[in-house]
Amino acid sequence: MSSLETPAIPGFRGRGGALDASTAAVWLFLLGAAIFLLIGCLQSKNFAQLTVEGIALGSVYGSLALALVLVYRATHVINFAQGELAMFTTYIAYALGLRGLSYWEAFAATLAIAFVLGTVLQVTLIRPVQHRSAIAVVIVTVGLFILIDGIVNWIWGGDFKSMKSPFGFGSFDVGGVVIPHLYVGMVAVVFASAVLVWALFRFTKLGLGMRAAALRPAAAALVGVRVDSMLAIGWGLAATLGAVAGLMAEPSQLFLSSTMMQPILVYAFAAAVLGGLESPAGALVGGLLIGVTLTLIVGYVPEISSEMQVPFTFAVLLLILLIKPSGLFGRREVRRV
Amino acid sequence: MTALLELEDVEARYGPVHVLHGISLAVEEGSVVTVLGPNGAGKTTTLRAVSGTVRRSGSIKFAGRPLNRLGPAAVARLGVAHVPEGRGTFSELTVSENLRLGAYTRRGSIKPELERVFSYFPWLADRRRQQAGTLSGGEQQMLALARGFVLRPRLLLLDEPSLGLAPILVAELFRIVRELNEKEGLTVLVVEQNALLALQAAEAGYVLEAGRVVLSGSSAELRADDSVRRSYLGY
Repeated sequence: MSSLETPAIPGFRGRGGALDASTAAVWLFLLGAAIFLLIGCLQSKNFAQLTVEGIALGSVYGSLALALVLVYRATHVINFAQGELAMFTTYIAYALGLRGLSYWEAFAATLAIAFVLGTVLQVTLIRPVQHRSAIAVVIVTVGLFILIDGIVNWIWGGDFKSMKSPFGFGSFDVGGVVIPHLYVGMVAVVFASAVLVWALFRFTKLGLGMRAAALRPAAAALVGVRVDSMLAIGWGLAATLGAVAGLMAEPSQLFLSSTMMQPILVYAFAAAVLGGLESPAGALVGGLLIGVTLTLIVGYVPEISSEMQVPFTFAVLLLILLIKPSGLFGRREVRRV
Repeated sequence: MTALLELEDVEARYGPVHVLHGISLAVEEGSVVTVLGPNGAGKTTTLRAVSGTVRRSGSIKFAGRPLNRLGPAAVARLGVAHVPEGRGTFSELTVSENLRLGAYTRRGSIKPELERVFSYFPWLADRRRQQAGTLSGGEQQMLALARGFVLRPRLLLLDEPSLGLAPILVAELFRIVRELNEKEGLTVLVVEQNALLALQAAEAGYVLEAGRVVLSGSSAELRADDSVRRSYLGY
């Protein structure tokens, strides 16, 4: 499979493809959105407050969307259990906290456990079916979703748990707009983890092998890349990013519950599709856009209450797929025959 | 001199389709050997049997070591670089990333390898950061060859390097293959439709038809053979 784009501008040495009209339109759209938010924030404190909240929540959506994109890029399959996996690892952090670990010790341990868990799941459950069909893999992930839900309810029960707040309850006051330390921490942790993953892919040999295995498994094997191991590591990384999303979602939801990641998975899915499903940067931008849009709409349109957020997100998703199925940063697949 | 690569009675199939019916061939260390034959004769499959990208039976020995049970990654790690038909360049990655992938199985710094590759393909050095997909077809084929060579393989498997290239580029490509063979002692097994060029570059050749070796010999012998002349050289 060779997806190629001919550069519209001769000599343009882009990494991601061509700077054509549709790319320019996307950048214009993003610029417009940024200007709209900036003006809104300067005009109204309420607007600014909602935007701040939207960015914090959006970073969590973006983080889970990034996990979805990592798995999708490697296997062209959506892992429907990604959200539940994130929820499960958050419970692990909770359990570690009960055993006396400090929040950040539990955080670090949970990321490591999530990595191992993701890798093991890929090897034991996904690998046996991955060559059959994409549908088989999807069904396994749906089964995993139900299984994890059951396990969590069995071990920890269905009642809400609460964890220590990692960033305390203080806040900054910026011209009358309240910015909780929590929000700053959430955004910082999510973006730090995204940058680390990006650096891994961009600068390390392992990352190069993973990209090669995802792009062209057969050609990657010919140069000595162990494609199966790369896919397993990809699942491990996705589970780690999911754990970050779960851990950052928990304090913003105030409670830990077995259903807490389900709406977030829907938002993350919308974010990933908006970003183009193949683009890690697109997933993060998509997450922020979805987060800000949702909080602004719930804040300003009384008819759309917070219960209507999920159906509304589905409507947005449908709209994206109708208008620009390849997403903001997705590449149209052009095959040179 | 013992053969670096030895195939004995190798069979291969894609599902129910039997492609190779007992191929035997040998490639001496330091030589260039070509495999000729019409479309569907099993030339590509022969290379794939060596690199482990198709299920095969029979005996395949590389430097005395059986390859039968090894997959493509393991074969590559032994020092066999396979440049597949249609190049197999990673068009989404940069030239430099493609070259680094070529040396994926090498440990430590690959700077000396890259310097060596750039001495044979000087124009690649200026285009390190360019996306491989934006190179022309000929440049991509050169990149594929360079990527195979950066591994410092003991054996290079080259599949239809001339496919879709302008004649002047094909000549240049074979000149470089010849140079790599003479200066670096690289052993090459090349599958080629252009029999004239292939027999000029190679010392020996095998002619496949319908999954069997029907003729083999030195390049001079093959060039002199009437059936080869009629079928592949066209005079």
